[in-house]
Amino acid sequence: MLKIDNLQAEIGGTRILNGLSLEVNAGEVHAIMGPNGAGKSTLAYVLGGRPGYEVTGGSVEFLGRDLLEMEPHERAAAGLFLGFQYPVEIPGVSNVQFLREALNAQRQVRGEEPLSGGDFLKLAKEKAGLLKLDMDMLKRHVNVGFSGGEKKRAEMVQMGILDPQFAVLDETDSGLDIDALRVVGEGINAIMRAPEKGVLLITHYQRLLDYVKPDYVHILSKGRIVKTGGPELAQQLEREGYEAVAA
Amino acid sequence: MNALTTLPTRKDEAWRYSAVEALVGADLDAWRAIDVPAGESYRECLTIEDSESTELRRLRVSVGEGARCELFAVIAAGKLGRVEVEVRLARGAHFELGGVTLGGRDTVREFVTRVIHAEPEATSNQVIRAVHWGKGTGNFLGQIDVVRDAQKTDAAQSFKGLLLEKGASVNAVPQLEIFADDVKCAHGASVGQLDETARFYMAARGLSPELSRRLLVQAFIGDAFVALDDEAERERLMGIALAKLDLHL
Ligand SMILES: Nc1ncnc2c1ncn2[C@@H]1O[C@H](COP(=O)(O)OP(=O)(O)OP(=O)(O)O)[C@@H](O)[C@H]1O
Ligand SMILES: [Mg+2]
Repeated sequence: MLKIDNLQAEIGGTRILNGLSLEVNAGEVHAIMGPNGAGKSTLAYVLGGRPGYEVTGGSVEFLGRDLLEMEPHERAAAGLFLGFQYPVEIPGVSNVQFLREALNAQRQVRGEEPLSGGDFLKLAKEKAGLLKLDMDMLKRHVNVGFSGGEKKRAEMVQMGILDPQFAVLDETDSGLDIDALRVVGEGINAIMRAPEKGVLLITHYQRLLDYVKPDYVHILSKGRIVKTGGPELAQQLEREGYEAVAA
Repeated sequence: MNALTTLPTRKDEAWRYSAVEALVGADLDAWRAIDVPAGESYRECLTIEDSESTELRRLRVSVGEGARCELFAVIAAGKLGRVEVEVRLARGAHFELGGVTLGGRDTVREFVTRVIHAEPEATSNQVIRAVHWGKGTGNFLGQIDVVRDAQKTDAAQSFKGLLLEKGASVNAVPQLEIFADDVKCAHGASVGQLDETARFYMAARGLSPELSRRLLVQAFIGDAFVALDDEAERERLMGIALAKLDLHL
């Protein structure tokens, strides 16, 4: 469902992605691991269409469409979800208002009826419950004053509400305590484990992969995939480190 | 009297950023008086929402002992749209102003206030939010006079400008004349642009650039209506402001 071919991208004239290729089929979970600065977040942002991230070569096909031709909000409506490494605070805008407008904007693009206030709140309550996030948190402004772990859990509540077909999750596990890690892992499975869905899981640690079992593990280094394996690759990495495994 | 000879110029402090050339033919003597008797409360919401020329609203307000006056205003029209308020506060009185200016092209939209703390223990709070684009200008000239012996005065002013496009501008001029010593006067002014990181985050959740801008502007000007304890009125004023923005998009 996602096919990245020889992708090259720059930020401010500096080449960050160097011919990255990767294919994720429906029903699969792929993990991407790699040292700091390898380009993992850059890949996530390029897939999301962040301004300033310039694609200079290669292609990305998403559900049969040219992803790179689409505006960021169109990508979301097409079913792509980006879980941010650093979720953004939006003072003055409540989670409830933000997510309801976002969901209805997506539904409109897909030709679906908007969700009423009541139906939306029901949905939000259900997903907040799934992630064990207090519903009161959703009445607060988006990520404002949330702890690091709360932000990550709120990201997953957002994912649950928006119900994407494909999720790119950038270090969703970092900042989570041990219990929260399990809740988030189970949440990802509940929301995204389906034959028609796919996940690209960017992480530094094996722990999350104990809950969300990847079908493939890729090592990203210096802007490209340098090694691909099964779940055992993540374990080997944890034991031996990048230098030994990906050299 | 020939109106032309009495037109203010930009050398006049209260008109320094105004569109004085748009004043030709305007009635500059039309001050409206509002008297709030001791102990009573008065609230008015005023809007300037469709006019291509000059719109002046000039109010002279006297707030009696322990009384309260609240004004909420949206200036969203006029080559020059101007709300000018002169307020005199008696002992323990309160004046609240929540104002929003919006505008593009070469329009000037402005609040000009003079709050006179004439007796002790009066309080005032002014919150102005300005959203401009094109070559639009938003101004807030806020003078606060604290007379001698008006002890325990508490006067606050907050101004924030949001520039949606290069070429737009805002000006804030606080002017404090304080002749008492036990006085709290707080004023803050800032100007910024839309947070592009927030806009990408919102886009990643499915909001178009128009919708994310609308939401962020709504959050921004919401500050001016926080003190308006009437949800229907709050929504009405917000609707007028956002409609102006939608028209521009
Ligand atoms: N705005 C920018 N301008 C210039 N270089 C940038 C910019 N943003 C990121 N980079 C560089 O791009 C490279 C890749 O960064 P990226 O954030 O994708 O790494 P990462 O693999 O996600 O790292 P981490 O594991 O620390 O999150 C880094 O060397 C970084 O310094
Ligand atoms: Mg990163």
